[in-house]
Amino acid sequence: MHHLSPSGRFALPSPSRRTLLRGMGGAAVLGAGIPLLSACGGSGTAADPKTVTLGSNASDAVPKKAFAEIYAAFKKQSGITVDVNTKDHNTFQEQINSYLQGTPDDVFNWFAGYRMQFFAAKKLATPIDEVWDKIGGNFPDAMKALSKGADGKYYFVPLYTYPWALFYRKSVFQQHGYTVPTTWDQLVALCKQMKKDGLVPVAFGDKDAWPALGTFDQINFRTNGYDFHVELMAGKASWTDAKVRKTFDHWAEILPYHQDGAVGRTWQDAAQTLVSKKAGMYLLGTFVAQQFTNQADADDLDFFAFPEIDPAYGQDTVEAPTDGFMLSKAPKSKASAVKLLQYLGTPEAEAIYLKADPSVVAASSKADTSSYTALQKKAYAMISGAKHLTQFMDRDSRPDFTSTVMQPALQKFVRDPKGIDSLLTSIERQKKTIFASG
Amino acid sequence: MSSETTTKIPEAAAEPPPGTATPKKRAPQGHRRLLTRRDRLTLGLMAGVPTILHVALVWVTALASVALAFTTWDGIGFDSIKWVGLDNFRELFSNNPQFWPAVQHNVIWFVVLILIPTPFGLFLAVQLDKRIRFSRVYQTAFFLPVVVSMAVIGFVWQLVYNPDTGLINSLIGANEPGHYIDWIGDPDLNLWAILIAASWRHAGYMMILYLAGLKGVDPALREASALDGANEWQTFKNVVFPTLRPTNTVVLVVTIIEALRAFDLVFVFNKGAQGTELLSILVTNNIIGESSRIGYGSAIAVVLLVISLAVIIPYLIATFRKERRA
Repeated sequence: MHHLSPSGRFALPSPSRRTLLRGMGGAAVLGAGIPLLSACGGSGTAADPKTVTLGSNASDAVPKKAFAEIYAAFKKQSGITVDVNTKDHNTFQEQINSYLQGTPDDVFNWFAGYRMQFFAAKKLATPIDEVWDKIGGNFPDAMKALSKGADGKYYFVPLYTYPWALFYRKSVFQQHGYTVPTTWDQLVALCKQMKKDGLVPVAFGDKDAWPALGTFDQINFRTNGYDFHVELMAGKASWTDAKVRKTFDHWAEILPYHQDGAVGRTWQDAAQTLVSKKAGMYLLGTFVAQQFTNQADADDLDFFAFPEIDPAYGQDTVEAPTDGFMLSKAPKSKASAVKLLQYLGTPEAEAIYLKADPSVVAASSKADTSSYTALQKKAYAMISGAKHLTQFMDRDSRPDFTSTVMQPALQKFVRDPKGIDSLLTSIERQKKTIFASG
Repeated sequence: MSSETTTKIPEAAAEPPPGTATPKKRAPQGHRRLLTRRDRLTLGLMAGVPTILHVALVWVTALASVALAFTTWDGIGFDSIKWVGLDNFRELFSNNPQFWPAVQHNVIWFVVLILIPTPFGLFLAVQLDKRIRFSRVYQTAFFLPVVVSMAVIGFVWQLVYNPDTGLINSLIGANEPGHYIDWIGDPDLNLWAILIAASWRHAGYMMILYLAGLKGVDPALREASALDGANEWQTFKNVVFPTLRPTNTVVLVVTIIEALRAFDLVFVFNKGAQGTELLSILVTNNIIGESSRIGYGSAIAVVLLVISLAVIIPYLIATFRKERRA
């Protein structure tokens, strides 16, 4: 639910530490959900124009250090100190509502997409058009679109991004003489062949309930196109539409080739079947590479875009969740915060980050790609060649809808694909209530 | 408060008429003298601060939650609270695919706890009460799960049940494609899998409660029944168990509370996926996090509150009636 890919990527091998923390954070939020109480939180730093406070969700070691290096470089260049207030990744996300209403830090970590636009529309963020006047040239149009609120103003500075794709091991494909499928029929044929060869065709673990959202996204925008996908996510299109049914029919066609018992398996365990060459493919974000701890295995890892289903849409859409920064509603030292955001939008800042965390690629088109690994280069090419970028279901739609309705519904579908019609009716009914609640 | 005392004391001093009335007046005066101004202040603080905290943290929040159950609110600013009447409940009872299963699972939780680990805990207590050798070691071993936090229990059992690398599937060879037994994800299995973990803990808890109860049974009763020629089972059934009645009441209440507050174990185990939905988890999923359906989540919480009251009120009435009789 909350920790999509970003936290997944940096997470320690054990998923359960997060679960525990989430539980604890949860308990904390029970109280903090009331804005009154949240007003006590936040940073009490006085408005020193030479200091910018920054709320960070980068609680894991690698990104924390990478961000610290960026802020150090910024201080050297501008003389402005960045006072970082780091919270546990999931706690940060769970408390974001009350955090932003209280006395938030000047700048905070957040994600592109609907989740960002939601806070912009609620006036919990400050538009930053003046930042984009300076950094606009560094970014491709797709990134610019991702950084705007519904009112057309900029609210977000992207730092890095990473694509979702089908991952496989080159040596396994070589050994069995498989070729990368580019159409749906080829994919189905490949699944059949892999099963015959004694492999699990598609590794799958949906215990955390968000991986299935990613599978749905891929099949849906390949089947029905980007525009319909966006409408569906925004609650405008109906889930009982024949188009959605078609998406699930496609999914049901390849579901028998997915690893069984998926609802009880974490994504890390599923990734291990790819590491151990028991599985042929795995649909996930590039953070799957984190599970390939052996360098030789990591070099063997490759990926391809989800195959074309409808030629009208081809492979024009890429799911590329993007992380970056926003400016809170009433920053104490706005001028310095703007300077910081301008710096974060430069290729130099991105280069510092990527040096520390090679599983992602820079959001900027100007960033230096010469030091990229082969996987990074491929990911970069895939994203820059995309006609449309999506963020991920729970960033593209209302989080209350995805977490309380879609996650259990898709887990149910994965276990029992036959009950799809009543499931879709139920989703549509619940969707109407949630999207009507404003 | 201090002004109250200052005004009253001179009045009391002026009042006593001379002569005969002194013995009659001594009592109230003495009473006043017992509580100096400082005493009253201390008492006021000692009673007042907890009362304020209790009212603010228990009553106000509970009532606020009940009020919010009739609204929709995303948690951002008080002006976004919208009154929707009974809509949340209507939605909950008719449209939420997780609600009725959750109620059912809470009931199953209670029934299983009262039928399996509770009698088992009693059995253990009776055995340990016989002063067998190493009794303390057994006692510690069975009680240990109660000391461990529920979240840790969930974490440990989740490792046991892991479909790929877990203890059970590895032992019975059910971790191969096509043979998976999905203890955590399969809705026909996962609730029972968790209930085994819950029972494992609950049995130890019940054992300690019953052991304490058994220590309080008068040995003379046993001797008397032995003299009457009753065997061990008859003694237990007709003499010892009836004297455990107060313990049984505590056990019943504790088990009901355990069933209603069941949360942490499941949340760690599989976050309340299909098959293990519980009311407490639905409340959490709706209120906590970015989802922030505070009105809707409060409605579920109100349902949980009503169920709790339906159980607690008869218990309290029975207890008070007994006290009055005594």
